[in-house]
Amino acid sequence: MSIAQPLRHDVVTPYLEKTGKPGLSLAAEVKEQSGTDLFRCYQCRSCGNGCPFVQAMDYTPNQVLRLVQFGMRREVLSCKTIWICVGCHTCSSQCPMSIDIASVMDTLRLMAVEEGVAIGKPNIIDFHEEVLRSLEKYGRAHKLGIMLGYKRQTGRWLKDLDVGLKMLAKRKLDLIPSRVRDVKEITELFQCYWRESA
Amino acid sequence: MNDVRQLDFSYFPGCSLATTAAESNRSMMQAARILGLNLIELEDWNCCGSSSAQTMCKNLSLAMAARNLSLAPAGRPLVAMCPRCLHYLRSAQECLKAEVETREALEEKWRRPITTDLEIIHFMEVLARYGLDRLQANARRSLKGMRYVPYYGCTLFRPPRLAKEKYFQGEMENILGALGAQAVPDALSYRCCGSFLSATDPEIVTPLVQEIIASAAAAKADCLVTACAMCQLNLEMRNTSKAKIPIFHFSEILALALGAEDYEEWFIRHLVDPRPVIRKLSRAA
Repeated sequence: MSIAQPLRHDVVTPYLEKTGKPGLSLAAEVKEQSGTDLFRCYQCRSCGNGCPFVQAMDYTPNQVLRLVQFGMRREVLSCKTIWICVGCHTCSSQCPMSIDIASVMDTLRLMAVEEGVAIGKPNIIDFHEEVLRSLEKYGRAHKLGIMLGYKRQTGRWLKDLDVGLKMLAKRKLDLIPSRVRDVKEITELFQCYWRESA
Repeated sequence: MNDVRQLDFSYFPGCSLATTAAESNRSMMQAARILGLNLIELEDWNCCGSSSAQTMCKNLSLAMAARNLSLAPAGRPLVAMCPRCLHYLRSAQECLKAEVETREALEEKWRRPITTDLEIIHFMEVLARYGLDRLQANARRSLKGMRYVPYYGCTLFRPPRLAKEKYFQGEMENILGALGAQAVPDALSYRCCGSFLSATDPEIVTPLVQEIIASAAAAKADCLVTACAMCQLNLEMRNTSKAKIPIFHFSEILALALGAEDYEEWFIRHLVDPRPVIRKLSRAA
């Protein structure tokens, strides 16, 4: 008769072959970086049921937690869900086990960017990069510039044109960016930014 | 009301209030002036980092927010109106408190001290703390008869990382209730507006916004009042249904009640015409 052994989450996984050194499992790594204990999840699905964006996701938030627990690194880092999550924290506030699921999503996005995996929702990372280009240049977000840059990058010029024109007419999109005076202090901060800016 | 002591605050506008939501900024400054709350714009502030920096690089996100903290003079609280800015500024402060070396490195880079005990508060909290009696004394227009859905936006009260901070729910009702407006409880007050997906994937956001607006219409609300400029924009921009309900930024309604005269200039910037609500109010008065 065998006694079921509890799953060990903190031992070596095959995913650290890069370093060749024993390290933390994906789940332990995510736990450490996100500061939330995702081992507590018992798949009640409150997060998935409450998420306003779940219909556009490929995995529900509880499934994402499961993928992390199983150490399925490539699947989880290249999924759409982590990019569609806007961090509204509906899941985090509904979780009966007080898991900050949005914080797990933050962590997974950062890992996806750092590890250079195929991004599950490329248009969203394009958007974030466009925002950063604006911040690097002006220290503040210039929305018209961001939207034009984003359209150039995605090639969808006509999409949403009516709304854009309406906003222009209402003078909600300033032509001239508001900017920081000492912009050098800002651009210096972008040295850590490992992606090349166009 | 010149006998009331002026209270000084540093003020962080953030990118939205400085540009797309200039009407929110303008009405807030006006309301603050009437109430004797002196909001002093943070000298040479920069973007708080926003979701984009937070997504792409942790260090960048921290440093962007931290630079603002390094610019804030000690001795007076730093006030933000944008919930997301408030969140990132506070998160950065938490982080700099815990990571002394990071803080010292940034201080050395900028040759400015970063006070980690600087109080960072939302404008609504300023009102709740210092303004309720001033509000009563300065009200010029009654909001009686205005049925609104309080819509705080997600960031002001939800992120558990900052759960030990002030819980804002109920404050809008206290403030606007004191001015005569009636909160409608049974609409989708807590459903997310879609945030940046409104820019990248409008087809995901439109049905959500419809759902929120439909719930407000069913509850017979005149308008929604939000504390977040992005929510304000998304809820108007992505509403493609026939029911058009104006969305106000909290500061607009506040300034209106306090007797601001230039409201036509802000309202013209709305995508949904808010004037029917104003006409209703003036008829009731």
